[in-house]
Amino acid sequence: MTDAPQPSPKPAEALPSVAARLAFYQRASGIVTPLLTAVLAFFIGGLVVLATTHKNPLNTYKEIFNGTGLNWLFPWIHGTERASAALNLQQTLIYATTLALTGLAVAFAFRCGLFNIGGQGQYIVGSLVAVQMGIWFTSMSAVPHVLLAIIAASLAGALWGGIAGFLRASVGAHEVITTIMLNWIAVWAGLYLIQGPLQDPRAALVQVSVTKEVSPHSKLPVWWGNSALQGLHIGFFVALAALVVYWLVLSRTTLGYEVRAVGFNAEAARYGGINVARNYFLAMAISGLFAGLAGAIDILGWQFRIDQTGITVASQIAFLGIAVALLGRNTPIGVFLAAMLFAALTTGTSTRNLDPSVFRPELAGNLTRIIQGLVVLFVGADLLILYIWRLRRKLKLDRSKVLPQEVPQA
Amino acid sequence: MIARADTLYDLGRSRVATPRAAAALGIFLGLFAFWLALPPVAARSVVVPGVVAGAAVAIGLWVVSRGDLRPGWGAVAAGIVGILGGAFATRATTSHLDVVITWSALVAATLRYATPLTFAAIGGMFSERSGVVNIGLEGMMLMGAFFGAWGADVTNSWVGGLLIGMAFGAGLAFVHAVFSIHLRADQIVSGTAVNFLALGITGYFFNDIYGNNGTPDDLAGIPDVRLAFLGHIPPHGLGSFLDDSFGQLNLMVWLSLALIPLSYVVMFKTPVGLRIRSVGEHPRAADTVGISVYGIRYACVTLSGALAAMGGAFLSIGFVHSFAENMTAGRGFIALAALIFGRWRPFGAFGAALLFGFASAVAPRLELVSGWANYGTLFQILPYALTLIAVAGVIGRSIPPAAVGRPYAKQ
Repeated sequence: MTDAPQPSPKPAEALPSVAARLAFYQRASGIVTPLLTAVLAFFIGGLVVLATTHKNPLNTYKEIFNGTGLNWLFPWIHGTERASAALNLQQTLIYATTLALTGLAVAFAFRCGLFNIGGQGQYIVGSLVAVQMGIWFTSMSAVPHVLLAIIAASLAGALWGGIAGFLRASVGAHEVITTIMLNWIAVWAGLYLIQGPLQDPRAALVQVSVTKEVSPHSKLPVWWGNSALQGLHIGFFVALAALVVYWLVLSRTTLGYEVRAVGFNAEAARYGGINVARNYFLAMAISGLFAGLAGAIDILGWQFRIDQTGITVASQIAFLGIAVALLGRNTPIGVFLAAMLFAALTTGTSTRNLDPSVFRPELAGNLTRIIQGLVVLFVGADLLILYIWRLRRKLKLDRSKVLPQEVPQA
Repeated sequence: MIARADTLYDLGRSRVATPRAAAALGIFLGLFAFWLALPPVAARSVVVPGVVAGAAVAIGLWVVSRGDLRPGWGAVAAGIVGILGGAFATRATTSHLDVVITWSALVAATLRYATPLTFAAIGGMFSERSGVVNIGLEGMMLMGAFFGAWGADVTNSWVGGLLIGMAFGAGLAFVHAVFSIHLRADQIVSGTAVNFLALGITGYFFNDIYGNNGTPDDLAGIPDVRLAFLGHIPPHGLGSFLDDSFGQLNLMVWLSLALIPLSYVVMFKTPVGLRIRSVGEHPRAADTVGISVYGIRYACVTLSGALAAMGGAFLSIGFVHSFAENMTAGRGFIALAALIFGRWRPFGAFGAALLFGFASAVAPRLELVSGWANYGTLFQILPYALTLIAVAGVIGRSIPPAAVGRPYAKQ
């Protein structure tokens, strides 16, 4: 044992401590990991395209990009191309509005150490309340009507999320399970409502049950584009405001401080005198509030009514909120950018915008899902990125013949 | 010291034995009350089920007052189900009830709907008992459903389809295992990612290979098992009931029924099962005595993927004989709920799967009766609400394996 060739393994190598991870994030400014993740996901997605269609994936991606409307930002785009780019960009931004809000619904709970997988249920509850509020009170004038509908829908979402928070706080029921159950209860209750009490009697003979349309007063005004062509409504600014509020609450209020403390270490927070149960409840309720708001904005902004697919399929946009929050690292700017990315991907691969001779939209839509899955997979495994990062460092240090110095130990 | 503990334990058991039996009687009475209001008896007055169910509630409350909360509340709940169900059934006309309640058809349909859930839930049990949360069951089922159909198409045999489906389900589970075991990612995040991936992969290849035409009509399907002798069992009513219920079930239904006792024996009566459970309860201790924590976890997660894929393959080549995008439609999540409702035990999970299956079997029958369509939809909420209540600990607490969800780092 005198001249052991290898140095004893350092604990930091086996398990990066919290301090090591923090140090890593600070160095990488939290930007490298998401970027690397997205690039890696798109790279693998490109390989799938190459392997199955034998076409240059870069061309495919370029075609998808042109469908997102983001080329509107280029000053050299003119004429009809510019007009159609504007239309596409409006769709992307409408979609990004919803995604940013459902992303916040996941991110806020994450900051409290909770995993809100119940965005779907909260979104459905919000949409249903918004529709009903929009149908009622037809005599109200526009501003109070919209406010009433939005606030009621947000509170309904908060209630739905709050149930899971309350159960976690009071009996310790895991929020993942309770929110999945609440999702399905919302789906079936929603289907019951739109096939029964909320169904538009005039549309009863149509195959798909659908509610009545909200009153014209309660529709959100369109500020960019033609309202007949589903232009961009002011809900986009509501989402931007929500991002600011999210940041303000988390970093500038006592509530935010407590939520983050609980998320960082619930036991330490409890020892420090923070009421952990109360924060669990509030975090889930606020998360639900964001998701309910997303449902309300979608209804009042461009859907105006709900049908069966709105309950079962469209509401799954809330699941995408998980990918948005993870890729955005729960920061407001990150959530916004991630929402833009996924919204752009969805618009760019839609049947309307993608030339089938380049890449079939049905394939492209599923490629989007694969990329989303890869993003979540890689983002969740920061250790993988950490390994790659260290490997790079080690290679560099080996070259300069300096003894490898590990991340400072806690 | 040990002997004293044992005696105390025995004493405790004998003291609660009577209330336990009473609670079982109460639960039976509650369900019996409901049954009285249904065909073939079909009592036409709410008093009949009301009295019987009232007795169930009374027994339940007595048991609760004796301190045995879980069975007591169970009996109370059964009594309430009996009263509500009885009241509902006595208000309906007998012709309506006959449409909805054909017991043999209900039994067969319940088993059919429960089968994919049972496979996935048992798979989930292996994964979670070894300490890895498997929220990706949904995706693994979906892989089994698509690649099962694809495999059956390519190999032109259902055996090939089933095996290929299982292989792809296991493959996806292996990805989940690598990320949640070696890379120590958050297991719930990794499971969510796997679900997204499966949705994209199956949708992509389904469109790429089959396009708009869908899977071929002559897809090799998993055969039904015909048990003709059941119809010849002496009392004619019983014989035809057994024949209609069990005479023509899919092979996979029987496999799932066989899987339950098998997995129970493996998990609770063999050294392998003990190792799995020890890894899930206290990985450090298991590691110390020489059990490979990573090895066990990899094996269990991969196995869970293969089992969940069997459930998915049953859906595509055993049940509907085609594949559609996202055809599992959340069944993996329901299987997860069944697992938790069943307290991470095979028979419990099967019981919960039967409950979910029963709800799925009854709902479309309720919709057959004019004017009841909405009740069918509303009825679907019941199992989820029950699971929520169960998880909330009102009817006894579901306690997960101690180390579930926590990545383990070797030292």
